[in-house]
Amino acid sequence: MSHHILEVKDLCYCYPDGTPALADINVTIHHGESVGLVGANGAGKSTLLQHLCGSLLPQSGRIRVGDFPVSQGTLHEVRRTVGMVFQDPDDQLFMPTVAEDVAFGPLNIGLTPDEAAVRVDEALRMVGAEHLKNRPPYRLSGGEKRGIAIAAVLACSPDILVMDEPSANLDPRSRRLLIKLLRGFTHTKVVATHDLDLVLDLCERTIVLHEGRIMADGPTKSIFNNSELLYACALEPPLSMQTCPVCNGN
Amino acid sequence: MHMADALLSPTVGGVMWGATACLLGYASSKLKAEKDDSRIPLMGVLGAFIFAAQMINFSIPGTGSSGHLGGGLILAALLGPHAAFLTIASVLAVQALFFADGGLLAMGCNIFNLGFFPCYLAYPLIYKPLAGAVSSRGRLMAASLIAAVAGLQLGAFGVVLQTTASGISELPFSSFVMLMQPIHLGIGVVEGVVTALLLGFLHRVRPELFGAARPATASRPLRPIIIGLALAAMLVGGSMSWFASADPDGLEWAMAKVSGKEELHAPEAGIHGTLDALQKRIAFLPDYNFKSTEEPEAVPAGNEGNTPEPWPNVAVGTSLSGVLGGFMTLCLAGLLGFAVRKFHAKA
Amino acid sequence: MSIENALFELRRLDELARQDTPLHRLDARAKVLATVFFLISLLSLNRYEVARLLPYAAFPWLLAVLGNIPLAVLFRRAALALPFVLMVGLFNPLLDRTVLVHFGPLAVTGGMLSFTSIVLRAILAVTTGLALVAVTGFDNICRALGRMGLPSVFLVQLQFLYRYIFVLAAEATRMMHARSLRCAKSSRPSLREYRSLLGCLLLRTLDRAGRVHQAMLCRGFDGSMPGYGHTTSFGAAEVRFCLVCGLYLVAVRIFDLPLLLGGLAGGLFR
Repeated sequence: MSHHILEVKDLCYCYPDGTPALADINVTIHHGESVGLVGANGAGKSTLLQHLCGSLLPQSGRIRVGDFPVSQGTLHEVRRTVGMVFQDPDDQLFMPTVAEDVAFGPLNIGLTPDEAAVRVDEALRMVGAEHLKNRPPYRLSGGEKRGIAIAAVLACSPDILVMDEPSANLDPRSRRLLIKLLRGFTHTKVVATHDLDLVLDLCERTIVLHEGRIMADGPTKSIFNNSELLYACALEPPLSMQTCPVCNGN
Repeated sequence: MHMADALLSPTVGGVMWGATACLLGYASSKLKAEKDDSRIPLMGVLGAFIFAAQMINFSIPGTGSSGHLGGGLILAALLGPHAAFLTIASVLAVQALFFADGGLLAMGCNIFNLGFFPCYLAYPLIYKPLAGAVSSRGRLMAASLIAAVAGLQLGAFGVVLQTTASGISELPFSSFVMLMQPIHLGIGVVEGVVTALLLGFLHRVRPELFGAARPATASRPLRPIIIGLALAAMLVGGSMSWFASADPDGLEWAMAKVSGKEELHAPEAGIHGTLDALQKRIAFLPDYNFKSTEEPEAVPAGNEGNTPEPWPNVAVGTSLSGVLGGFMTLCLAGLLGFAVRKFHAKA
Repeated sequence: MSIENALFELRRLDELARQDTPLHRLDARAKVLATVFFLISLLSLNRYEVARLLPYAAFPWLLAVLGNIPLAVLFRRAALALPFVLMVGLFNPLLDRTVLVHFGPLAVTGGMLSFTSIVLRAILAVTTGLALVAVTGFDNICRALGRMGLPSVFLVQLQFLYRYIFVLAAEATRMMHARSLRCAKSSRPSLREYRSLLGCLLLRTLDRAGRVHQAMLCRGFDGSMPGYGHTTSFGAAEVRFCLVCGLYLVAVRIFDLPLLLGGLAGGLFR
């Protein structure tokens, strides 16, 4: 196995009506890296993520996940390697109970019900949600739903965790718990978000997308210190790095 | 309009459940054969949409009343007949289980009335030929309107047939038809207009939906229709003949009016005779010979005491004990319930 | 019914179904079977029967008591379900004026009897259906139906539908709320607004269906849903339950219990 687990080369994508969504994307991500993918609304973050989990296939260029090039024939392997956490947990939690939902992935990759049950317990313990096991998803709070959605992905034991706006719609405490949880994972992580503070807490590397192109790719701190670049990409430095408006930095 | 358990006899309910179960199996196997795995979430979520949409009412212009989407036809247009039939069945199942719209036994009737007619008759026979492959707004409107009206008229007629065949309601067939069909003409027009507006809207913003749906649903649409029609004919025929032998005053009265004859003579042998015999054998079939013409219509007052006749010629004494016994049963049931609750609380 | 009320009702029954009583723990198939048997037994009675319907009340009443279901929940729904039945049933007293019984000056016609019978049937059938859901739960009923042979494609999307009712109803509620905040006068949308409202909701629904499908694919979905683990089995308790219910229902169908009791009471007075 190569030491870089995710490789995107010259990826371009246009919407069916011809509008370009991604142009000349080149990214290489190594084992165990934690990468923040930031950009304004419509910058192409979600489109890129959809390519990483094989929901969209490259129109030009190529993508490599683990040992497999992403193509129609390798989707099964790609999806076992990449675990995608969707922005809206309601899209992801479709089974009648939490336990069945978490078991959905393991059962689909051919585990026996007993093996799947072990995976379910393990995954729920990792996100601290064992007590929610028999609840239906529609009776969970936003933070709980997010946790279960992550557990459902973890139960498939992916090598890479890809997350779309994981902190969206979370209250401050749930958000803090989520960051703590994600920090504890040793997986390779790709986090697409507007929440730059989350990136600052979680990712040592940041990629800035703007209008379908990569504007910057480097250490998080140095990119967030470049406020000119951030403003040019319709972003703002994270609150924790802005000077305090009350005491003005004193 | 949902059929209700209370107006249904187990025979009619059972027969309709049988037909519906066959259709469910047929639609499921068809869907499996199509092997389009994006259908399952699409059906479920669209079903939830229909459910939510039915609770949003709009005011019908020029009248004080309100209307809402029924859903059968738009589902058929978006999903094709098989998936639409299953989806409508699911919506009705949730309504029956949680909101007591219709009932469990009546669910077979309701799925048949509101699912089979729009999905397997109105959609392939009316909507599709009229709307055509590339439909203009006008054609879409006309197709939806006519298909929705036709589907609902058939559905309403189904309700009438099932009710009359069950013989619980006294409403004569013809009066019931005169009551139901015009009401459902209005409902059908509303349904058609709303369906057309929604389809027109989708056509504008998501043309790819319609381009993709056509080839999949266009293959051999005739066979299911013929099977369905044959099934419907058998059902209607079966229930009518059974009914005719059981209850002289409803349908036969209407038929006599239509045909001008005093009475349609049902042969003793044949299906009527068999059904009659069957009915007599199985205690669970309702006995409609109750007020049959051989017996005197009115009850002579003061016919006290031990008459050997069956219940219709009830004597006051017997019926008094019936009423008394009824009260006692209620009290007993109440006592039993309280006892169990007490016991339960302790345990 | 407004969306909020509908959701409330759904949640209410769902909550009741999550209780843990011996009746709740029973295999769902037993309860479904007993209910079907109840309906057949009840509805096969003659249309002029009134008193004989009363013993049937014991079944929903027992389900409610054993399952810890408040009767008010059942009766409120039953009342809301009555209008169509009343509309059709009301013709019975008008059309069937054959006098069957005299109670002093009061002449009871066949139509009056059959009308009462229809109303009673409706109440009994509706309360029993709701009690079944409240002591079993929707998912368990679906599973039971699956184990009794209904096609899985149907049941899977039935469960999807139930799952997404909560999501879509919440979306619809937000849209209606946003609309009503911006128009003070009319409470109901016009046809034009209705089209836009529903059109938007439909688009969002289609998008959501696409996303749900993506999420399923991402977790290895290949067209067939994984089988559910069956936690309950049809054991001795289920057999007992079915037997007791079955025997009682057969008994009240064959014997005129109220008449027997009444006769007994009449004998005492004589």
